Amino acid sequence: MTKKEIFLVSAFRENSVWKQILGICSSLAVTNLLMNSLIMGLGVIFSVALANFTISLIRNWTPRSVRMMVQTLIIGSYVIIVDIFLKANMPQISKQLGPYVGLIITNCILMGRAEAFAAKNNPLDSFIDGLGAGIGYTLVLLAIASVRELFGFGTFFGFQVLGSWWTKWSIMVMAPSAFFILALFIWIINNKYYKVKA
Amino acid sequence: MEISSFVLFWAAIFTSNILLTNFLGMCSYLSVSKEVESSFGLGMAVFFVLTATSALNWIVYHKILVPAGLVYLQFIVFIIVIAAFVQLLELIIERYAPALYYTLGIFLPLITVNCAIFGVSLFLVIRNYSFGQSVAFGAGSGIGWLLAILMLAGIRKRMKEKLVPLGLQGAGIALIITGIMALAFIGFSGIVNVQ
Repeated sequence: MTKKEIFLVSAFRENSVWKQILGICSSLAVTNLLMNSLIMGLGVIFSVALANFTISLIRNWTPRSVRMMVQTLIIGSYVIIVDIFLKANMPQISKQLGPYVGLIITNCILMGRAEAFAAKNNPLDSFIDGLGAGIGYTLVLLAIASVRELFGFGTFFGFQVLGSWWTKWSIMVMAPSAFFILALFIWIINNKYYKVKA
Repeated sequence: MEISSFVLFWAAIFTSNILLTNFLGMCSYLSVSKEVESSFGLGMAVFFVLTATSALNWIVYHKILVPAGLVYLQFIVFIIVIAAFVQLLELIIERYAPALYYTLGIFLPLITVNCAIFGVSLFLVIRNYSFGQSVAFGAGSGIGWLLAILMLAGIRKRMKEKLVPLGLQGAGIALIITGIMALAFIGFSGIVNVQ
């Protein structure tokens, strides 16, 4: 596969969220505001791309029996970097994201890509695969967040879009709407792009 | 913030359910909830591990990491504690209670990567709970998770013969059911406020 194909497959055709139903926790929890989703997405892109690269770099020297533990520790180190960076530079957003930054470690996407791709391929390809998976995830996050923020707050990235006549839908800020919108999103994507077998 | 452990226990089950309001532990929730029996097994395993690891991680954080000034290592240390505890529990159950091992044991490896366990440990640190509060919150969250997965498994069992639009089958419809359950749980909110 060429580099471009690797990227496209991992970002769209085999998208972690809508195709493999991985990483749902954070994609539901942080999507009430677009800004939070974007920061969360960038954090995931950073950790999954670099973790994939590192895991692939040492794949020939990692004993199979402790493979999972090594992968978790590598992922954990990058997530700690993201967390410290956010705490130092964006304390407000870091506070809002709360535990969900740390939860990138147990995000199934990272483990899934490490196991499915980085453990078998060369570092550069793994890096691109990780980049694709992270970007695919971020796009889903932004799509869900744009609906929730628009209807819930009447804003778009914090800018007032809908005027004062708009009645805010408080359901969009609360938990259930996240489930409904993700389900509708998966439904639309399935119907449009995948030929579902009867 | 003085909230009694007893109140926190009930709040963790109903008003701030770990799955329905904090979205933690979704991956195994969606994939295991097809059968009621296996959901119950996994739910019980989550409950045990969650209660024990929230106590362990509280001790590790406040008695080791804070005095040693290694707070920034909390993510990695928590994960190692959880993985080690799950491994240990698996060995003990296999050795002393083989019957339990067959119902519970197969789910234990799944638990290390369940984000509910890790998430609760992070919540205790962020919200600055005392030891008693942490154990109560851990146990309550475990029961809340068990409740949520049992409800979904029960509904999905009934849904098997129903016609569902093709694109929604599987995860899609499970998410919609979960959304309706979350909507019902909003009815409990406001009784106590846990932050």
